[in-house]
Amino acid sequence: MAKIHVTTTINGEPMEYLCEPDDTMLDALRGPLGLTGSKEGCASGDCGACSITVDDRLVCSCLMLAAEAEGHELRTIEGMADGERLHPLQQKFLEQAALQCGICTSGMLVASDALLRKNPDPSEEEVRFWLAGNLCRCTGYDKIVRAVLDAAAEMREATREAAQ
Amino acid sequence: MNLVTNNKWIGQRTIRPDGMDKVTGRAQFAADTTMPGMIWGKVLRSPHPHARIRGIDTSKAEKLAGVKAVVTSRDIVDFTIEKGAVMLGIQDMRWMCRNVMARDKALFPGHPVAAVAATTEAIAAEACKLIEVDYEVLPWSIEIEDAILPDAPILHEFNRWEGKPSNIMSRIEHKKGDLTEGFASADIVIERTFTTRPVHQGYIEPHACLISVAPDGKTTIWSSSQGQFMVRAMTSMLTGIPQSDIRAIPAEIGGGFGGKTIVYLEPLATMLAKKSGRPVKMVMTREEVMRATGPTSGSRSTVKIGVKKDGTITAAHGTFYLQAGAFPGSPIRGAAGCSFTPYDIPNLLSEGFDVCSNRSKVAAYRAPGAPIGAYAVECVMDEVAGALKMDPLDFRLKNAAKQGTKAAHGPTFPRIGYIETVEAAKSSPHYAAPLGEADKTSGKVRGRGVASGFWFNAGGESSAQVNITEDGNVVVTTGHPDIGGSRAGIANICAELLGIDYRRVSVIIGDTQTIGFSNLTGGSRVLFASSMVVTQSAEKVIQTLRERAAKIWNIDPEAVKWEQGAAHPVSPNAGQFEPLTLKELAEKAPAMGGPIGAGVQLNTQGADGGFGTHICDVEIDTELGIARVIRYTAVQDVGRAIHPGYVEGQLQGGVAQGIGWALNEEYIYTREGKVDNPGFLDYRMPVCSDLPMLDCIMVEVPNPKHPQGVKGVGEVPLVPVMAAVANAIHNALGLRFYSLPMSPPKVSAALDAGVRQAAE
Repeated sequence: MAKIHVTTTINGEPMEYLCEPDDTMLDALRGPLGLTGSKEGCASGDCGACSITVDDRLVCSCLMLAAEAEGHELRTIEGMADGERLHPLQQKFLEQAALQCGICTSGMLVASDALLRKNPDPSEEEVRFWLAGNLCRCTGYDKIVRAVLDAAAEMREATREAAQ
Repeated sequence: MNLVTNNKWIGQRTIRPDGMDKVTGRAQFAADTTMPGMIWGKVLRSPHPHARIRGIDTSKAEKLAGVKAVVTSRDIVDFTIEKGAVMLGIQDMRWMCRNVMARDKALFPGHPVAAVAATTEAIAAEACKLIEVDYEVLPWSIEIEDAILPDAPILHEFNRWEGKPSNIMSRIEHKKGDLTEGFASADIVIERTFTTRPVHQGYIEPHACLISVAPDGKTTIWSSSQGQFMVRAMTSMLTGIPQSDIRAIPAEIGGGFGGKTIVYLEPLATMLAKKSGRPVKMVMTREEVMRATGPTSGSRSTVKIGVKKDGTITAAHGTFYLQAGAFPGSPIRGAAGCSFTPYDIPNLLSEGFDVCSNRSKVAAYRAPGAPIGAYAVECVMDEVAGALKMDPLDFRLKNAAKQGTKAAHGPTFPRIGYIETVEAAKSSPHYAAPLGEADKTSGKVRGRGVASGFWFNAGGESSAQVNITEDGNVVVTTGHPDIGGSRAGIANICAELLGIDYRRVSVIIGDTQTIGFSNLTGGSRVLFASSMVVTQSAEKVIQTLRERAAKIWNIDPEAVKWEQGAAHPVSPNAGQFEPLTLKELAEKAPAMGGPIGAGVQLNTQGADGGFGTHICDVEIDTELGIARVIRYTAVQDVGRAIHPGYVEGQLQGGVAQGIGWALNEEYIYTREGKVDNPGFLDYRMPVCSDLPMLDCIMVEVPNPKHPQGVKGVGEVPLVPVMAAVANAIHNALGLRFYSLPMSPPKVSAALDAGVRQAAE
């Protein structure tokens, strides 16, 4: 089977790779692209540990074929921090002990970021339903939800200050 | 609620040392590692619950292009049954060798029968299909009631129970007083039988390893486990490679909860790597995790409690049958030993039976056995309190174990904090708050329940090395994989002792060849044990630093004290000297006697058990049978919270797992004896929208035998949960469920039956 050549953009950088027709996007990220921050917990779209965004849309990369990335803009956990400056979500997860083992953390952060881009002022319930596709077995979600709500508040404040 | 105020770092919510890597995707878990020349291993698993293996023909698989090695049980060291037990911790290697690779019989669907390594995963999977296994399919049983029947299919023919072949492998009992007399003196006696289903630990990271074996036998293992030393020892025993030749490197571990305290893949990957001469990577699929690893036991428990009218318990009897799965070793010790321990009961018999059946071998799961037993005991406690018309917390207080109580499993308690947890629950905002009314038009009703729990906690072997770097900072190495934030606790303690900012302390987990033996991350032991050896190491370092300063000042070392990260003269009488900081002393080290560092290795003792008391509010949709937890408070005696954020995290995580166990999680089997829900869609663990915020009240009754007062905290929080939820559902509906999970179909059926009964 001939490999497929894919040209795409990942975390703002142009990328090329070769993949098998049945490789998932997660296979490509973790394999040839060396972006192992996205994790495989189930390979069936149930755990969300492989969450990425494609043209700002949140997807499970295990449910997307690697070849489908052609011409699209992908974002992964590796692109979340701005150099040494953490995204407010990353900072709040650290400060509030919103991770234990850390295997779900990449997916949680990518999914939370996607939420706040759509809805900068979510209620607790909205956070809980948005993150219902991201399994965490360690934390009971309490500190994750609090961290997302706090990060959202801080980001809103920063936006207000910037506007003034 | 940190009661210790005179500390700078202990009790602070510092940033964990491994946090940055985990929020940026840089952390390396087992499946993230690769090596040049690496090939892939896959396991061929039995499709049958019970079958004799008459022969295995691997020749076709070996001939497939790209296949580099095939292994079967012939490649794994046999620990013969006749020679008797060979124990490694709580695991008997006779069962381990047969669990990693079936020998004469396959005992559950998913039992490995062969493994292949090939240049790609696809070729390895294809090769597995070419292996021909000649099975003689045998009758099987999964459920306890089937497995203990006189004519049940027998898994292990050598085993005898009461003189006959049986699947009952062993029994333990804890006994106190005179049971007959105790029940005779009771005014009320209630006896109930409960069942629970097998539930999986549910770690999100599947088991994975990468293993390289050099031509001289030197072996390097990268794997996800709760103990690199366990991985080294088991791999050594199952492959025959000496421990000195195996370097087991602990990858970051993506959850374990007890399920990663044994090996599955490592011995197979080692033999594949040895045979092929190539590094071999193996990663389980989620389906393999669900079919062939963990879970904990399903159970059948009968609990009988007798009380006087004033609420004094006179006697209790518990009988706990636990599924071991394919090989002996269910957690009967936890069920029989923990379930009655919160109470001072004069006459008690607590028995556990270990029952084999044709499902995967159980692995430890958070306070193994204790939640199963506590579910039964705490539900009967609730029913007894109801019969007495007593507040359930007052009933527990009246019978609470305290200092001097002799527990049925042996110890006479030192100062313990059980009563404090009940009192804190009683005076909590949650218990004081009214339940609130559900929207009546919606058909929803609410209820509140409480329950308590106990877990032994553990000490054991730990090693640490504390080194001062040339630039005056600190590197601490310990030997325990960190699952829940133990590195953060160690950083706090080390910074406190050395009087420096915690950010100057780097904490890493050593591999088996760079740090001394350290037992598993399990038994809620890690921070208890590792902070003991880290404390002693740091104290040795401080002693060296004082001696160095004394030498420089030309005074007696006893005249030097260590405070706020620097050596000071103890008083003006000792001399007038400017303090010498850690940085200055580190810089002077080469000229003053050499590098500064110390290591300590101990078999730590003095772990005190842990107690918790939980309050749960539920709301039940009576139309759909869906029970939701709407408020939850976990109260626990935590000894001392070194890092409160991660202590709360343990409480919250345990509660969430317990809510899953109570309401949804269960292994469902097909008529063919296979797990029918081997994925996260159908094995329904709690998701974010299922849960409320989970409140924690940390009671601190410091452990006097520990330098910082630490008690284990990780396992207790799972113990009371299922009973707390069940008691809340009873409070809401007036219906008591004697089996888990209390899932929507079961609740609906019970409500329908109740309605029918009322109509008849």
